[in-house]
Amino acid sequence: MPIIETRNLTYTYPGASRPSISDVSIKVEKGQFVLITGPSGCGKTTLCRTFNGLIPHFYQGELKGEITVAGQDATKHPTYEMAKHVGLVFQNPENQLFALSVEKDVAFGLENLGVSREEMRKRVDWALNLTGIYELRERSPHEMSGGQQQRVAIAAVLAMQPEIIVLDEPTSFLDPLSAEKIFEVIHEFNKKLGITVVLVEHRLDLTAKYADHIIIMDEGKVRFDGDTREVLSNEETRLIGVGIPKATLLYEMLKKDGANLGNVTPLSSDELAKMLLEAIHS
Amino acid sequence: MLVVEDVRFSYPSGVEALKGVSLTVKDGEFVAIMGQNGAGKTTLVKHFNGLLKPSSGSVRVNGVETKKTSVATLARNVGFVFQNPDHQLFSETVDAEIAFALKNFGYEADVIEKRITWAVNLLGLTQYRKTSPFMLSGGERKRVALASVLAWDPQILILDEPTIGQDHRQKENLRQFIMQMQTQGKTIVIVTHDVEFVAECNPRVMLMREGKIVGDGAGKDILTNPELLEQSSIVLPQIAQVFTRLTSLGYPKNIIDLYEARDLLIEKLEKRRR
Repeated sequence: MPIIETRNLTYTYPGASRPSISDVSIKVEKGQFVLITGPSGCGKTTLCRTFNGLIPHFYQGELKGEITVAGQDATKHPTYEMAKHVGLVFQNPENQLFALSVEKDVAFGLENLGVSREEMRKRVDWALNLTGIYELRERSPHEMSGGQQQRVAIAAVLAMQPEIIVLDEPTSFLDPLSAEKIFEVIHEFNKKLGITVVLVEHRLDLTAKYADHIIIMDEGKVRFDGDTREVLSNEETRLIGVGIPKATLLYEMLKKDGANLGNVTPLSSDELAKMLLEAIHS
Repeated sequence: MLVVEDVRFSYPSGVEALKGVSLTVKDGEFVAIMGQNGAGKTTLVKHFNGLLKPSSGSVRVNGVETKKTSVATLARNVGFVFQNPDHQLFSETVDAEIAFALKNFGYEADVIEKRITWAVNLLGLTQYRKTSPFMLSGGERKRVALASVLAWDPQILILDEPTIGQDHRQKENLRQFIMQMQTQGKTIVIVTHDVEFVAECNPRVMLMREGKIVGDGAGKDILTNPELLEQSSIVLPQIAQVFTRLTSLGYPKNIIDLYEARDLLIEKLEKRRR
């Protein structure tokens, strides 16, 4: 059974003239790393808000269709119950942080889960180390840069070790190397602990290589949904204005010019370099 | 011309954000300032329009020292677009937002109208002229902030993190827009983390680390230097990553352009086929 499933999900914000997501039917399997992308305003963030019940519990408006997350009907269970299964990292970390210290912010969710003090200490330290902010644990999140705040928000969700982690452009304020390190941590988390990851991102150059599955949305609708390599090798995706990784584009241009590089679409520079070395050396 | 000489700057908290920065940006240049979080990039560019004044050293804009001039006077020459448009916007309509600075500079009503029309056309905001900026999406608000600065036609344009939150198509529009400004002889300074965007634009790149400039040169040389980039917490653009792995084939390392990459590779791949 999929861990997230939506059936004909349509949602209209209060006062809006048309739905932000429309007739969305998707499945996310347990343990998958799923990338959701699409132009600004395509409905990605809105869709994520349905995964832990923020829509319809906090946002009014009209929701139609069905959504099941971790076996629960997300429209019927309150958000605090859904939070046991789904951890959400928002686009703007300022909206998420509220405690007086980084440590307290990261511990907050655990307190609500009723985790023992000892276990809490362990998990908080572990999450702070993983995200590279252990040294900042006594600082107030509100005095920190946007990039540091994003690390705090990610640490808070990792510490909860939920079944599903949903991240909405979680590293937009971080410098590229720090962003890459965070994505590596999340990827490892997904592979080692089998935690399902849903990542919303524009920057496929940085993230496509981690994803088993990709969903591309446009104007509230799902336009592509499938295996990452298959979807990104489909040239129709170019019409939507999605930033295809340069390594993938270069591979395609070379193939079009008649180069024989095999049929596996590369998603990273590593994969493409390997192909080129083989093709030229052989 | 923008001349920065041995600038040091400390915040009231005592943190020294700039530790002796010197640079010159000539008229019509396009410069990207890159570096890790907290390297001093935004602090540096806030000196370019006098928002911050150096603790020691000097900043001169077209020969005028910023310490001896007001921000309002400097603004005529230097337009600054903030990272977060909400720190900049406050008017009730897009029209009023753009008109605000023009009125302050004392332009006549008909000139103001012309300038507004020009700016909203350029940035695709014509349909929103009577709309409140706060009803618009983040990407659109960013364009309003840009339009309001462009309208008074500053010679130097500073954009702090212009690509954050912008999708692929919006970034392409931004790139086209920068190119267009360049053909008009404007000086453009952007602060950014976006390596792929910089690789596509190929400007002069200045790399900052811990309050100092540690690299300065053509984009294709700076962005293909792995040691230098790693120190500044920047990753190589994807095309450069491919070519650093192909040095055994005798390729140059400093390739960041997709089309140049294609031309270089197809030659060898075709020889193979024959």
